[in-house]
Amino acid sequence: MSSAAKPFDWRYTPGLALLTAAILAFLYAPLLILVAYAFNSSRMVTIWSGFSLRWFVQVANNGDIRGTAVNSLIIAVAATIASTIIATMGALALERGNLSFGRGLVTGLIAMPLVVPEIVVAITTLIFFSSLGMHYGLLNLIIAHTVFCIPFALLPIQARLRGMGGTLEEAGRDLYADEWRLFRRITLPLLAPAIAAGAIMAFVVSLDDFLISMMVSSAGSTTLPVYVYGMMRLGVTPEVNAISTILLVVSLIFVAAALLLGRRYQRSV
Amino acid sequence: MGSNRTMLLIAPAVLIIGIFMLIPMFIAVAYSFMTANPYGGVTPPATFDAYVQFLFQRDFDDSLVYSPDYIFIILRSVYLAAATTVVCLVLGLPVAWYIVCQTERRRQALLFFITLPFWINTLIRTYCWILILRDEGIANNLLRQLGIIAQPLPLLYHDGSILLGLIYTFLPFMVLPIYSTLERIDPRLIEAAYDLYADRIAVFRRVIWPLAKPGALAGASLVFAPALGSFLAPDLLGGGKKLLIGSLIQMQFTSSRNWPFGAALSTVIAVSILLVLMLRARRSGRQESRA
Repeated sequence: MSSAAKPFDWRYTPGLALLTAAILAFLYAPLLILVAYAFNSSRMVTIWSGFSLRWFVQVANNGDIRGTAVNSLIIAVAATIASTIIATMGALALERGNLSFGRGLVTGLIAMPLVVPEIVVAITTLIFFSSLGMHYGLLNLIIAHTVFCIPFALLPIQARLRGMGGTLEEAGRDLYADEWRLFRRITLPLLAPAIAAGAIMAFVVSLDDFLISMMVSSAGSTTLPVYVYGMMRLGVTPEVNAISTILLVVSLIFVAAALLLGRRYQRSV
Repeated sequence: MGSNRTMLLIAPAVLIIGIFMLIPMFIAVAYSFMTANPYGGVTPPATFDAYVQFLFQRDFDDSLVYSPDYIFIILRSVYLAAATTVVCLVLGLPVAWYIVCQTERRRQALLFFITLPFWINTLIRTYCWILILRDEGIANNLLRQLGIIAQPLPLLYHDGSILLGLIYTFLPFMVLPIYSTLERIDPRLIEAAYDLYADRIAVFRRVIWPLAKPGALAGASLVFAPALGSFLAPDLLGGGKKLLIGSLIQMQFTSSRNWPFGAALSTVIAVSILLVLMLRARRSGRQESRA
């Protein structure tokens, strides 16, 4: 053993680099395979016969896909706006407020959508709406999505409030700024990138949701993932590959933006 | 900020989640004690039928016959969720340690790539494995072209493919919490252990693992809970024939139209997961107060 040179280089463990590379390949190879097949011109999905965009054209011309995509966008935009406002207020209360009692209870309640298995959330929401006789189509879905988007929007905002500390706000208070001016002139501008990151996360989580949407949606309010699931059940087709690739790329772009945004303001603190 | 203003700010979050998530769970518990309406929903006479159904089936002459089918589905779900957790731990722990040992720049990049799949639609991530594993899929085609097999291997629609799908979905949930506990390890502890002639295995057993344990526990519950209730992996990769609790619950609200039984099943899952979380919170609370 040549360990005499560096007897305790504990930062290097043989084989770990290889394992990590294998895990990353395991995580990403299936996605690359999907994207490759989406550009395959053959109808026989797994036989490669040249590059083609025809399946994307076919998806774009599919009225059902367009209609359900519009539903998904309406729900995602509405749920993002509602959950981001609610989450911003909640984060301010948790980090800057004076929550003398029930702090643990409130934190636990807000984290509930992250902890309870999705299938349980899905069927309890379905039972709730049906027991009240609430059949408002898209509105039911907007409410259900707002609930599970709140914790995702809250996390980056709360982290930013904790990270930036209260010194600037205290300085403002010393200069006799009232609470509203303080918020408009100091807290909100500093918080803006985190609010944007939280909103993007909420948007992606809403756009990607499948199980809750499937149980809560009715005939007219089907979302895109629910429709794509129906296509998948009928079999592997090039159209499914193309629409899945579109959804994949949309999520990737938004999340990469949110994560990079998050890192930039973390460094600026 | 005054406490009145604080209350006003926190109220919308508490009300929305309370009304549309907490109250529905209590309504679902109430539904589990009702009689099934064959057209969906429930009808008045309150019964324990839904819970009796876990172990017994009602025969044609209305007598109860012992039938362990549903118990087997529950046990299989617990077994697959536990197997997923163990595999994710075995793979996730070394990866988390590898990331901790890198330079700051590489750490950030690796964490980014481990986190990213978490935000991609689970529906699509699960579907990718159909492309790979089905009879005309890439794996079988490759094996056939290499001349290893003549007939396609049945790679889809069994417990193994469900397990693979679950591991693929939940692996990032294990790496991140372990990473965040390992990141705080004081390097001097490890150097001290090496100075005292500990080898790699001893350092892992005596220093790294004890410090990684809280993260591993957090990761285990983040993997186990959603894996137990998962719907997509058993449905798409198990072919919907191999039921797990998640797909069994979903069926009660669609094809089987037995809402009380579905509500009873999800009550049982929700209660058991809450119990585990409360136990963990109490244990970590006690550890903190001891420290």
